[in-house]
Amino acid sequence: MFYLDDIGRYCLMLKGIFSKMTKGSVLRTLIFKEIDDLIIGSLGITMFLAFFIGAVVAIQTALNLTNPLIPKELIGFASRQSIILEFAPTFISVIMAGKVGSFITSSIGTMRVTEQIDALEVMGINSINYLVFPKIIAMLMYPFVIAIAMFTGIFGGYIAGVYGGFVSSSEFITGLQEDFIPFHLVYAFMKTFLFAFFLATIPSFHGYYMRGGALEVGKASTSAFVWTTVVIVISNYVLTQLLLSS
Amino acid sequence: MIAVTDLHKGFNGEEILKGITATFERGKTNLIIGTSGSGKTVFLKCLLGLFTPEQGTIAYDGTFASDMNKEQQRALREQMGMVFQGSALFDSMTVAENVMFPLQMFTKQKKSEMLDRVHAVLDRVHLENADKKLPSEISGGMQKRVAIARAVVTRPKYLFCDEPNSGLDPRTAIVIDNLIKEITEENDITTVINTHDMNSVMEIGEKIIFMQKGHLAWEGDKSQIFKTDNKAVTDFVYSSNLFKKVREAQLQGL
Repeated sequence: MFYLDDIGRYCLMLKGIFSKMTKGSVLRTLIFKEIDDLIIGSLGITMFLAFFIGAVVAIQTALNLTNPLIPKELIGFASRQSIILEFAPTFISVIMAGKVGSFITSSIGTMRVTEQIDALEVMGINSINYLVFPKIIAMLMYPFVIAIAMFTGIFGGYIAGVYGGFVSSSEFITGLQEDFIPFHLVYAFMKTFLFAFFLATIPSFHGYYMRGGALEVGKASTSAFVWTTVVIVISNYVLTQLLLSS
Repeated sequence: MIAVTDLHKGFNGEEILKGITATFERGKTNLIIGTSGSGKTVFLKCLLGLFTPEQGTIAYDGTFASDMNKEQQRALREQMGMVFQGSALFDSMTVAENVMFPLQMFTKQKKSEMLDRVHAVLDRVHLENADKKLPSEISGGMQKRVAIARAVVTRPKYLFCDEPNSGLDPRTAIVIDNLIKEITEENDITTVINTHDMNSVMEIGEKIIFMQKGHLAWEGDKSQIFKTDNKAVTDFVYSSNLFKKVREAQLQGL
């Protein structure tokens, strides 16, 4: 019953986000600020992680190719497939649930604790729209982060594979180009858009409806990370079943 | 003027406000006093429209809140200013941006006009040189003055203050109290202040409502509060040693 109550409140919050819009000129400023905080601020860590994930994928694939009949091109192919299909969209999103999600929950939660949300409400402002809508719009840029993560991950795989002596440059590039299915990119970016929506709204929900003081802000950040991750993982399974299993 | 009739409000089956009837007069500083847990904050939040009462009416200059449609309620909110206990300044904005925020949201003024108004209000609260500072860079008393400036920048008809001088030293508290009183008189607004500070009562208590366990236990002004025989009020007023000694001196005719 407790979870049903939360799901109901989450749905009501979603309805509230798109009603009684904040003045356009104010929203524009907020959206640019959120893009800076949530997107630009995440690029560094995303590229760093993607590079090393790609490198590890390439090395592990190479080390498991013990059969000499299997071509080395498979290293490039496997790196591309795993990074585009899973590691960039899903793994990076789980990490973003920690980075972006905690930031959103703690910033909104602190506003709740310090009565800043009450101040917005007293002024007649739809605080849910004011706080959450700019985050959703800013997160529409999230697929660009994932595209950069895909590129950096494959580049990391190339560097580790080629300079680690596991595969030649031409073999890796041939593997990258082999059996490429454009729909896999469509699938990856569809997932990314959905994850971006969850990354903006679930932590906002936990921050907005929290009660208490500084300790509760910390607890809300933790539960926001847990629930965002759970929802991302489950929706990843559902989308994969729906889009790839036919 | 705000007129409240038979107001009831509760949470989770527990009744917090048990039939409050009161009026808050225009151009005066109206104080709500009472011990912690007496329902002051719930009452103030009902007046602000943050809580919906279960029973009773609130009329703002003759118009009942319950009869207003959403657009009228929004217009009413724009006529309200609020000073929160913790100031509730937006910590990512500078002092000037905090004060300008309601103007940006609700007016179509040019930025130069808004800045003129912001500087005029900051001058009024004696913060002319703090406009570019962040809330974290100024003292608690200055934060309260910024909160007052933000509350009155749109020239509201109603000003609500929740314990405006809590956490301040006595001298700064008097400055804040007097500032609220002056702004109330200058702009002829209805000001409602929630406090348990007896210094505020003595400084600016033009109309006082004493609340106890969700009831309105007494009402009067600052000259009457020291003469009343109402035990709940005298227990509250003379709970501090200073006022107790004043009382003893009064009784001894000193």
